[in-house]
Amino acid sequence: MKPRKFAYIRPDTVDEAVAVLGEYGDDARILAGGQSLMAMLNLRLVEAAALIDIARIPELDTIRVAGDKVEIGAAVVQNRLLAWPDLKSRLPLLGALLPFVGHFQTRNRGTVCGSIAHADPSSEIPLSLAMLGGEVVLRSLRGTRVLAASDFQRGVLTTAREPDELVAAVRFPVAPSRHRVAFREVARRHGDFAIIAVAAMVEDAGAVRLGVGGMTGAPAIRRIEMNGGTAARDAIETLAWDLEGFEDIHASARLRRDILRRIGPVVIEEACRCAA
Amino acid sequence: MRRVNPDERAKIAFWLNGRRVSGEAEPRMLLTDFLRHVLGATGTHVGCEHGICGSCTVLIDGVAQRGCLTLAAQAEERAVTTVESLAGADGALNALQTAFQKHHALQCGFCTPGILMSFTDYFARNPNASEADIRAVLGGHLCRCTGYAGIVEALVEASRSGNPAA
Repeated sequence: MKPRKFAYIRPDTVDEAVAVLGEYGDDARILAGGQSLMAMLNLRLVEAAALIDIARIPELDTIRVAGDKVEIGAAVVQNRLLAWPDLKSRLPLLGALLPFVGHFQTRNRGTVCGSIAHADPSSEIPLSLAMLGGEVVLRSLRGTRVLAASDFQRGVLTTAREPDELVAAVRFPVAPSRHRVAFREVARRHGDFAIIAVAAMVEDAGAVRLGVGGMTGAPAIRRIEMNGGTAARDAIETLAWDLEGFEDIHASARLRRDILRRIGPVVIEEACRCAA
Repeated sequence: MRRVNPDERAKIAFWLNGRRVSGEAEPRMLLTDFLRHVLGATGTHVGCEHGICGSCTVLIDGVAQRGCLTLAAQAEERAVTTVESLAGADGALNALQTAFQKHHALQCGFCTPGILMSFTDYFARNPNASEADIRAVLGGHLCRCTGYAGIVEALVEASRSGNPAA
């Protein structure tokens, strides 16, 4: 199908972009890579009075290490981050999960910030931001606001972004050296939406942080104590019932819980083995 | 700042396969429709129009992406490369196309232009791709005729031939 009519606006600077966004508010949509937005416009699931194309704004197309954080601008595409030479050492979790984000062809265009702004419950990048305790930088005519990942994503496709705010950048904390992570997901076909995505990160000798996407509206993050025996397995069993899961055309809630029970312990073991 | 109103037909110009082209388009016109209906370049195929099937894949500034998830306006002043650019002026197929012919990597040919363009970009950046790499990139395309076996054989051979996009 073809999208409904809209105005096309391509600002040259962030200041121009937030000025236009202030003018249109809720009636505008930010267009960066458009890998979710254009599909939804074509299917007429969303409509907009104006699309504000930020893909060519040079100040948004930057990957910057600032102190103990990596700041990624809103125009940075996923494959550019995947090709960043420092990715594996500074952001190993993103190194592990970015190859699962869509396909080669959509990663060439889809942006890191766009995935976070879109807030699909099964998306890998919002899961990594929640796991790492990252931040979202919002800009508007009113100024700049920085939100923790846990305050930003509210639920299915829902965030704390105000209608006049632009997601200008996201900040991922740099991993400590020898950081141990693992990631797995189950999808019908590599690159399709994950039914369940699970990430694990060794926090200290006795515990891992577990992140689960696809069970609830926003990524679920839990600390799992590893006091030997079946502790981790029991914790995941409790977690599966706790999160419950939801039903859609891809899987029932029961299948989601089952997948979590099966891949959860495997991912924890992989992260721990990595640490040994 | 570029601003085009919803009903306005703006002039859009870019480079298509090295040639300067232009035409008029409303903001909502997709790059695929601009190529096919305005410029008459029908090599790029349109399947699902929501980014799933991959048959509309073209290169923009050398990078493979979905033509159906791109507005014509977004291609303004960019270099767009389509399947029409692959064969020589005399119609001689390039190495990638030759491998597709040899291994019967197509039947109806609907998905073929998109697959060729994806791998034109991918092989340029990844000259020593493994079969697993190739299968992962091919995962961004749907073919309903071949069962993919011939396509994988063709791509593996083209990758080993050294300069498949030549």
